[in-house]
Amino acid sequence: MTIFPDPRPALAAAIVALLTASAALAQSDDIQEASKLLRAGQHQQALERVNKVLASKPRDAQARFLKGLIYADQGNAKEAAEVFLQLTKDYPELPEPYNNLAVIYASQGQYEKARGALEQSIRTHPSYATAYENLGDVYAKLASQAYDKALQIDSGNAGAKNKLALVRELVGNATPAATAVAAAKPPSPVAAPPPEPAKPPVTVAAAEPKPAAQRSPAPEKPAAKAPAAAGAEVVDTVHAWAKAWSARNVDAYLAFYAKDFKTPGGETRADWEKTRRQRISAPKSISVTVDSPKVSIGADGQASITFRQGYRSDVLKGSTTTKTLVLARSDGRWLIQQERVGR
Amino acid sequence: MSLRAAVLGLLLAALSCAAWAAGPERALSGVLEAIEANRLDLATRRVEALIAAHPNFRLAHLIRGDLLMARAHALQTFGNVPKTVPREKVEDLRIEALLRLRALRDRPSGDRVPRNVLQLDADQHYALLVDSRRSRLYVFENAGGRPQLVADYYVTLGKNGVEKTREGDQRTPIGVYHVTANLPRQKLTDFYGVGAYPLNYPNAWDKHLGRNGHGIWLHGTPSDTYSRPPRASDGCIVLANADLEAVAPRLQIGLTPVIISDEIEWTDAESLERERDALKAAFESWRADWEGRDTGKYLAHYSKRFSSGDENYAQWSEHKRKVNAGKSWIKVGVSRVSMFRYPRENFVVVSFDQDYRSNNLSNAMRKRQYWIQEEGRWRILFEGGA
Repeated sequence: MTIFPDPRPALAAAIVALLTASAALAQSDDIQEASKLLRAGQHQQALERVNKVLASKPRDAQARFLKGLIYADQGNAKEAAEVFLQLTKDYPELPEPYNNLAVIYASQGQYEKARGALEQSIRTHPSYATAYENLGDVYAKLASQAYDKALQIDSGNAGAKNKLALVRELVGNATPAATAVAAAKPPSPVAAPPPEPAKPPVTVAAAEPKPAAQRSPAPEKPAAKAPAAAGAEVVDTVHAWAKAWSARNVDAYLAFYAKDFKTPGGETRADWEKTRRQRISAPKSISVTVDSPKVSIGADGQASITFRQGYRSDVLKGSTTTKTLVLARSDGRWLIQQERVGR
Repeated sequence: MSLRAAVLGLLLAALSCAAWAAGPERALSGVLEAIEANRLDLATRRVEALIAAHPNFRLAHLIRGDLLMARAHALQTFGNVPKTVPREKVEDLRIEALLRLRALRDRPSGDRVPRNVLQLDADQHYALLVDSRRSRLYVFENAGGRPQLVADYYVTLGKNGVEKTREGDQRTPIGVYHVTANLPRQKLTDFYGVGAYPLNYPNAWDKHLGRNGHGIWLHGTPSDTYSRPPRASDGCIVLANADLEAVAPRLQIGLTPVIISDEIEWTDAESLERERDALKAAFESWRADWEGRDTGKYLAHYSKRFSSGDENYAQWSEHKRKVNAGKSWIKVGVSRVSMFRYPRENFVVVSFDQDYRSNNLSNAMRKRQYWIQEEGRWRILFEGGA
């Protein structure tokens, strides 16, 4: 399970909106500094910075969120949970505090509470991929508890096993190691949309150790004139991509991705392909739909297409997300260079 | 593999009979129907209600586990537990699910009667029949001597199946028994649940065949367990506690027959009546010929393979000729007659109160005879005190 430390455009957007609204731009330096300190593992200094912000703006969502992250990173689950819980009350429209609260609950073995918080998070933001992934993990844990009851596995042992599994997952986690939460397992089909690539390093929750530069943002300036023909080609390409995905034709599906495709989690191409292969071939049936596509062609020849992606499979009920693909022409074909949830 | 596909194999044509059944099987069937209709939310709600009613129902927990796991990733099989868990444990629960659903599907229609129960005596208010292939205990009410099905329950039987012959073979005996005592739960460990009712294994026939062992009981389940796997006991018949509590008030110590068979043979009421009338006629003829003091006619009711205690047919004949010669009159009254076809054997156990009077001796006793069909007529294979 992933706590919410990686830069997510959704939060970034929300935070930016908050920042703008509260005219707190002056504080963003402190916030950025605090999040840098957190990345460096300097919890105390990070906390001091955050508290400085909170001294003047006690309700500041961004600062409080970061404070929660610092606590979580320190292993101070109780304090972290309190911070996130209060955030969910004060800002019920933000999905991230729910998600992080869920992660804390899960780390304490309170899977039913974790499930409730994640479902709340998804209700708030139906396209929030992280919450879907985490919910998949929580369901797996709940299932494992049900199986324990079914098979009368000694509950003491089962508890120990769960803890061990957690530790192992932590070690294997590529995200901040000290975060007291389970690591990302191969994403479940629910979370079919892969995690989106990072946006510019405006993001608060940039506890993500990966250099932000690795994930160069998509050019956002639309071209003055988008050639209609190119736009139609891009739409056709995306429909064909969805068709290959629906047909569970993994090779055809992967062929839509450029050689320099930026894998969403920064993983190697091989790892990413392996995960996709598994996720696409596991269900017996998949249906992916593309609705309301909007294409913009950039000056550099890249195309950005945003559309409503419908996903359903035999194991999962449908989910609809907004997806953006960035494509570039290569050898007469449009190939996907970036893929993210959201705009 | 979807959860739906995983349960389709389990979900037989249980739907049509669901209305008849009550209790956990119906609830279980409701859960699987919801899965079959791909309504996983409904299935989850139903299984959670089932668990709320029976918190220790392991099978329900297993299905709930599958329903939760299906939200995390595609299922491999029914009972999608980690590979470290022994597969037999899951298999036990899978078979329990199958048996419980089959019990719903294969419910005998109202006009069917078990061929084993030819006649209940007036004092026997109920009879219990165990169908070991179905892991099922059927409770019949005595409706004017005729068996009428009133309830049936899932049961756990011996680890090694049926036909007990030896001490420690972990098998459930096949035969006609009755409960001999009511052991209150205060005198039992938690293992036996809400109560225990010993059976009279080994009975006269078992002893005749040299079978041994003891301690075959009808009992409940430990408090942390709703039901045990189909084959898990050391030979006892194990019911869920709630089910045993439903059955217990119907048990009459020393009276209620417990007939354990491989498979209950269901027949229609008329056929059963014909069989009973034929046997009753032979029985009456035996009684009348005894009163008539025609020893030749009387002995013609006995098989050449007859035995009684230490006596074989020849010794019995000689003994009877001698005794009857000294009689100037005999009156034989019979009452409380029960007739049960013995599973796996071709004889019928006839038990009755015998009121014998004669010019020089009178006695009243409970008697048991095994009647067998030879060359188209009913004859007595065994006779003794009950």
